[in-house]
Amino acid sequence: MSLLSVRDLTVKFSNRGQSVTALNGISFDIARGERVGVVGESGAGKSITGFAMMNLLSRPGYIDGGQVLFEGKDVLKMSAREQRSLRGNRMAMIFQDPMVTLNPVLTIGQQMVETLRAHRKLSHEEARQIATVKLKEVYIPSPEARLDQYPHELSGGMRQRIVIAMALLLDPQLIIADEPTTALDVTIQADIMELLLEMCRSNMVGLMLITHDLGVVSQVTERTLVMYAGRIIEAGKTRSIINDPQHPYTQGLINALPQQTPPGSRLKQIPGSMPSLNAMPSGCPFHPRCPLANDLCRTTMPKVVQYADVEVACHEVQRLQSDLTSEAAQ
Amino acid sequence: MTPKDTGALLQIRNLEKRFDVDSGFLESLKFRGGKIVRDTTSVHAVNDISFDIGRGEAVCVVGESGCGKSTVARMVANLLQPSGGSITYDGQRIDTLKGRDLLPIRKKIQMVFQNPYASLNPRMTIGQTLEEPTKYHNPDANAGEVRDKVAAVMKSVGVDPNWAARYSHELSGGQRQRIAIARALTVDPEFIVADEPISALDVSIQAQVLNLMLEMQEKHDITYLFITHDLSVVEHFGTKVVVLYLGSICEVADTRTLFAAPKHPYTKALLSAVPQLKDDKPNHIRLKGEIPTPINLPSGCPFQTRCPMANERCRVEKPASVTQPDGSLVACHAVEEGRTEPGIESGVKEAV
Repeated sequence: MSLLSVRDLTVKFSNRGQSVTALNGISFDIARGERVGVVGESGAGKSITGFAMMNLLSRPGYIDGGQVLFEGKDVLKMSAREQRSLRGNRMAMIFQDPMVTLNPVLTIGQQMVETLRAHRKLSHEEARQIATVKLKEVYIPSPEARLDQYPHELSGGMRQRIVIAMALLLDPQLIIADEPTTALDVTIQADIMELLLEMCRSNMVGLMLITHDLGVVSQVTERTLVMYAGRIIEAGKTRSIINDPQHPYTQGLINALPQQTPPGSRLKQIPGSMPSLNAMPSGCPFHPRCPLANDLCRTTMPKVVQYADVEVACHEVQRLQSDLTSEAAQ
Repeated sequence: MTPKDTGALLQIRNLEKRFDVDSGFLESLKFRGGKIVRDTTSVHAVNDISFDIGRGEAVCVVGESGCGKSTVARMVANLLQPSGGSITYDGQRIDTLKGRDLLPIRKKIQMVFQNPYASLNPRMTIGQTLEEPTKYHNPDANAGEVRDKVAAVMKSVGVDPNWAARYSHELSGGQRQRIAIARALTVDPEFIVADEPISALDVSIQAQVLNLMLEMQEKHDITYLFITHDLSVVEHFGTKVVVLYLGSICEVADTRTLFAAPKHPYTKALLSAVPQLKDDKPNHIRLKGEIPTPINLPSGCPFQTRCPMANERCRVEKPASVTQPDGSLVACHAVEEGRTEPGIESGVKEAV
């Protein structure tokens, strides 16, 4: 049984009686200790997926159907009490900006002790000791002293390390990290990613890494989901997706990177931009920007098919696949 | 050191910028040794940097946040007054110009900012945004000429001129940045200072904007000063790279030389930290500690507190930029002395 299993999750946002669909029936699994990357551009629905998994969406967003099964139990059907004991404890979340995540008027120690004592029967002293150990694990120098400092006294990289330590406090089974290094410099990003990778490996923690950076996904994750306009359009092993992407959007995303073209020459750009939620095109949401789009793409949403190691939702790939099977039949 | 004229289009010599952090005169007064003394605390954002930009070049300034790269950009665009040093453009000193004397320079040097959501006035239509600089810098132009100019510029950046009546909130991020670039182009500049112009944009949109900038360079022969923290963009776009750390120059080199054979230990660490697409075993050089505050600069080399090769000399003496055999300028005692440290060499591709 997989650790987490999302089935047909649909999220809508309502505005003055009208509703738009932000997540369109997405399904995926995360196995125990597996590291899964979620990539896509802004507005693809990556962060909403993360929030919906913790049932943390707030108005005007709401879950319109589907299941989020964590160890077989549907998070969305749990009582508020059960959900509280799950969040932070079994599933933890790391957000983009550590300055916003940490409470500026409490010391690091107060925040860590509070989290620990909310879930475990511990004395203040015991909780502080656990906090010190966790800070040491994420390579924070002189952890004892840090506990009495406020977030503003620490640098961005240090703060994000503390956020990771806090996420690991209660030994969760799954960490959802939403763009954990986007606000940080590249040298610090590399440190934080290495740390996250090490923590997940050594503690057998599952990781869902939400990012727009394909380089980061390639170095940290085992499996990747590519999202576009509220749907998963391609999923598979990270190596397969990076080396041999099948969906024209994934191909475009990888080819648009400056590394993929010789210096000085034109980059391979994807024309246009992501459609807005209230003006979703008919058929495949990518068809207005797709170089391979035909009439079928303009009218019908493609189904997900297995092709060359990955699962893809694209009519063109489907056609290639049926050609292949008919060849095999002959 | 006396400023040496190298004939380059833009010459930056011994440029310095300090920002006072005291909020006023009274706060800067300190009581010391029985006397009241005035002691201002300042952020040393840019310290004694010199480099050249030749006509048609695209010089990229890279470094981490707080290294002073945006401050350099703003001083070149004449939005900030340097605390010391000089900036010479086409033989003319521009950092001392004031008021009306600045106008001809503003027409030659234009700036594109990072965030097109903030740099465009939400109350002005696209047309108004583009007409304003056109009219201001060509006071003799009549309304028809201004309109034609705006339409031509919009077309050249790939935005339909019929959109002139729209407001910026009706456009996507990529379209807005095109308008911001179009605004810089309305006065036919020779030189564009671009401060992280693509950092706020998505990957597919970044490619669109970078392509536009390359196209403008070819069409209008524009020289760029490009500020960025994204090294893959530098490798693609830049002809020359200036690596800054804590307001000082570490290394200046041709793009190809820098990526093939980085010399300064900081440049090596920076390059090793870029996540690579195809390589799943990163050889990342981990720097110890953190960037010191620019209020109290470390003595000697600014990088000595984190440098794996630092020794006693680095702690007391600030290294000067030394020209290397391949033409790059490196400010590092270790490189100058040919010091080797096994830890750092193993981390990066060996120089060819």
